[in-house]
Amino acid sequence: MTGVEGYMYPNEVTLYWSVLIVLYPYITGLVAGAFILASLERVFRVEAVRPTYRLALLTALAFLLVAPLPLQFHLGHPERSPEMYFTPHSTSAMAMFGYVYLWYLMAVLIFEIWLDYRRDIVLLSKSAHGPLRWLYKAMTLGSSNVSERSLHIDERVGWVVTLIGIPSAFLLHGYVGFIFGSLKANPWWSSPLMPVVFIFSAMVSGIAAVMLIYMAVTKLRREAIDMHCVDTIAMYMFYIFVIDFSLEMLDLVHRVYEADESFRSLDFMVHTKLFFSQIVLQIFLGTLLPLILLFVVQIVKLPEIVRKRIYVFSSCMILISVFAMRWNVVIGGQLFSKSFLGYTTYKVALVTREGLLVAAGLTILPLFILWALLKLLPPWPEKGLHAPAAAD
Amino acid sequence: MNISRRKLLILLPAAALAWEHVLAGTPETAPNYAMSEHWWGLLIDISKCIGCGNCVRACQTENDVPDGYFRTWVERYHRSDWHLESPQVISPDGGKEGFPSVAPDPDGEYFYVPKMCNHCADSPCTQVCPVGATFISPDGVVLVDQTYCLGCAYCVQACPYGCRYIHPTKHVADKCTLCYHRITKGLTTACCEACPTGARQLADLKNPNDPIHAFLRTHKVQVLKPQMATGAKVFYNDLDGSVR
Amino acid sequence: MSMFKDAGHLFRFAGLFVLAFLVFLVIRGYVVPKSFGEYGHYRAAAIGEIAAHPVKFAGHQACESCHSDEAGTKAKGKHVTVNCEACHGALAAHVADPTGVVPVKLDTAVLCARCHTATAAKPSGFPQVDPAAHSNGIACETCHNPHSPAIESASAAGGAK
Repeated sequence: MTGVEGYMYPNEVTLYWSVLIVLYPYITGLVAGAFILASLERVFRVEAVRPTYRLALLTALAFLLVAPLPLQFHLGHPERSPEMYFTPHSTSAMAMFGYVYLWYLMAVLIFEIWLDYRRDIVLLSKSAHGPLRWLYKAMTLGSSNVSERSLHIDERVGWVVTLIGIPSAFLLHGYVGFIFGSLKANPWWSSPLMPVVFIFSAMVSGIAAVMLIYMAVTKLRREAIDMHCVDTIAMYMFYIFVIDFSLEMLDLVHRVYEADESFRSLDFMVHTKLFFSQIVLQIFLGTLLPLILLFVVQIVKLPEIVRKRIYVFSSCMILISVFAMRWNVVIGGQLFSKSFLGYTTYKVALVTREGLLVAAGLTILPLFILWALLKLLPPWPEKGLHAPAAAD
Repeated sequence: MNISRRKLLILLPAAALAWEHVLAGTPETAPNYAMSEHWWGLLIDISKCIGCGNCVRACQTENDVPDGYFRTWVERYHRSDWHLESPQVISPDGGKEGFPSVAPDPDGEYFYVPKMCNHCADSPCTQVCPVGATFISPDGVVLVDQTYCLGCAYCVQACPYGCRYIHPTKHVADKCTLCYHRITKGLTTACCEACPTGARQLADLKNPNDPIHAFLRTHKVQVLKPQMATGAKVFYNDLDGSVR
Repeated sequence: MSMFKDAGHLFRFAGLFVLAFLVFLVIRGYVVPKSFGEYGHYRAAAIGEIAAHPVKFAGHQACESCHSDEAGTKAKGKHVTVNCEACHGALAAHVADPTGVVPVKLDTAVLCARCHTATAAKPSGFPQVDPAAHSNGIACETCHNPHSPAIESASAAGGAK
């Protein structure tokens, strides 16, 4: 059989979970991470990151809207996916995730965005023209009450929503980790650490994404980047990354030490099939290098331009590294045989329904949605409200 | 063959009647079959398997199994001396056309291992299905409802034995059904019917008269991957420790 | 009650949720298959549908109900464990239409070799030969009755080993 070394059970030779299933935890991870950054300000009162608060929420929403799409492209029968909502199997992490997703989208993210933007929406519903005006009017749900008291209530309720939102974000992405971590059949996935590692790497990737987007959008608006803001974000990103790296190293050390029946097969796979994606890309270039750079920024006083370059570079490496981590988990988990006697190859297609083109398209799509959201709900109201012509 | 015309005139209508009976549709309408009276399993005797591949071919014929995918397959193991951890295993096209000949190895032994869905009583595959498209029937057979399955392949990932696949044209999960359409009519599975040595025997664990009970009392048997605690109901006699 | 005065918009938001939930329940009532949940978390009707699949192998009992001669011969010989369709292939169509569907005569050279070609992997007590050395290309049924393959006496063996 082409692409097979050693022995694979005959049905294992094809990979059933493709690059789209790599993309899906990546996207939900960005959502969770962006939300945690927003909650830093709202719940933990880290004022320094306030400039990114609304941007982080909109980023989370843009990615969350795209998150189900890789799954729809992957399913054999996407038209049957509503069955997951009508007859969810309570023992299935995947089914329960459908409800967690819906809860997070409606009761946390959209609710919080609506509460924070409500005043702006009401004002925009009065000042906008054309079809946009009707859209804003619909978003007000017919209430134009923007009295001080109502806004105060919004703020209090929003605080509670964010508070609930933090464990909800952990649940959203922890569940994805659990989908893998709960499968005893696959020793590469089966681990109680899996949801935790997923959550922490998600947080790092989401924070990196928002930082990059903030720096890019601010530059496009020809505004000055708030360095205190990005310095604080980078600091949190560094500490969370240290925790994430420690957890991944713990998993590695544990596997090497215990050396159970799967170890030899998995070890060989990491050193050969996953050498580039795991050792080179994920660990060295994607984790150790940014960690060292961010650590240097923490202890040495560097000029602003250098810090900016380090942040941009590190964020890019982190985004690549976390994608590589998802790749190594999902694809890696299917490259070895459950007989521990062989390996197969992942033949990535280009133009098929689950190919690289679709994956690339779905990765870029959230950025377009975010662009539309930034136009619809500008995070920086000074530009949006006092100059109605700019709200186009 | 030589059947006299008179005999044929009697036998033909009798066979036709019997056949109508055999082909009756659902288990509820098939006379004498009540799901609660059965708990299906299978016995595979490694000491009898000759690796002819009859079972793989019969299964493919009976169940329209697509090429390149297998509801059952046969593996040939070669274990060298005390190296249980590293057997050499082959399964050319699932063993469908048998195996190439080998010369004896003084330091090792060869043997064949037929594999199939183990119809686990605590199956991890039915546990993970998000919509309830795969399930264990009241009579102990793990089945897939192919009009309800989404084709998400979670069950394929969850099966420790690699017995599931996504059907290439139907795009739903597929696997051995223990020939449910046959066993509910008093027939045996296609693989058991085709096995020339009796290495595969259907077993009704709830039937006190089933020969498997006597066999289990007098032989040492194993299931595959017992550490997974799947409640597998395919029992192997004479299974070597090197078998994965 | 005064705390609810400026919270009307929140009630509207909650109201949307309740409405969506009710719509969901109505749709669910129509969409979920009727037999779902009868025996467990699955569509019970699926069991019947799967059981109704067509049968391709008739099973040896069906063969023996007509072909009692061959069945009797086989029952006394070494091929007692070999069911009819193990060699003759799936013949439910023949049982359903005995004169219309006629089984093809088998090529013993190919068929017998499948099981009886010698290899170290087969159990040692199993009768196995090297087909070329054993019969020099002569068809197996020249000497062996496939339904009872043991050869009675040396003189009946002809030119075979």
